[in-house]
Amino acid sequence: MSETVQVARLNSRGMITLKGDLADQDFQDVAVKITGLSFPSQREIRLSGEMGLAWMAADEVLLMLPVEDVSAAIETADEMLRRAPAVVANVTDARVLFSLKGKRSREVLAKLAPVDLSREAFQPGQIRRTRLAQVAAAFWMPQEAQFEIMCFRSVADYVTELLEMSAAPGTVPEYF
Amino acid sequence: MLILSCPCCGVSAEETEFTPGGEAHLKREGPGSEDAAFRDYLFQRKNPKGVHFERWRHAFGCGKWFHAARCTVTLEVFCTYTAQTANVPKEVIDTIKLRRPEWELNQ
Ligand SMILES: [Zn+2]
Repeated sequence: MSETVQVARLNSRGMITLKGDLADQDFQDVAVKITGLSFPSQREIRLSGEMGLAWMAADEVLLMLPVEDVSAAIETADEMLRRAPAVVANVTDARVLFSLKGKRSREVLAKLAPVDLSREAFQPGQIRRTRLAQVAAAFWMPQEAQFEIMCFRSVADYVTELLEMSAAPGTVPEYF
Repeated sequence: MLILSCPCCGVSAEETEFTPGGEAHLKREGPGSEDAAFRDYLFQRKNPKGVHFERWRHAFGCGKWFHAARCTVTLEVFCTYTAQTANVPKEVIDTIKLRRPEWELNQ
């Protein structure tokens, strides 16, 4: 029998959306300064402890940091981005995080998202925005056999039930 | 089922990750236009059997709009390309002609 996959709701992490010109040096500097991480390329995510820096779209990155540091980080960003048009938004309360842990985590997620989750196609370091069944979500792998999943707070209950149903013992195939 | 490649984020995904936005390259008829032209702009849409240009949005992904050229008969997607263009780019026409040599734009 395959081992079970653990589903858990994670504590809130501070989140700041930064929208602007990703090629702009000031823009990159803000993201790098606040997170201490290198600037991600297309569909990449950088992670270190509670810090995260994710490529969300061609004009958007997401900063993750401890909740208590968000206010100061927004002041820093506003200060540094005066020169060019940019959006700095605190989205901490808009989203929730989940984790999946276990050897068959890929299978649990593959049942819910229209994404190739084979080892060749998806690895730690990548972020994928997609849907889980009927709602928007994004996920990444802090390490092999482990996912973190982000969705809107308004659908947190729905996603909790989805993940728990998909991870129910006896329902997870050994596919990947 | 279509597989579309979003030119804005590079993801190739099946169509449930996207939302369709109807016919592409419409020319807006605004105030001062003829009634008939305004009516056609609002309501008249092409419904070809074959090559069709469409707007799509990567709704569950990066959120961006883009254009797609595909065949309504075989569902073959010839290519996807930027939404920041009023006309069908030459490369897109060339790509389609490789697969449909007899096809002409605005035929
Ligand atoms: Zn996209």
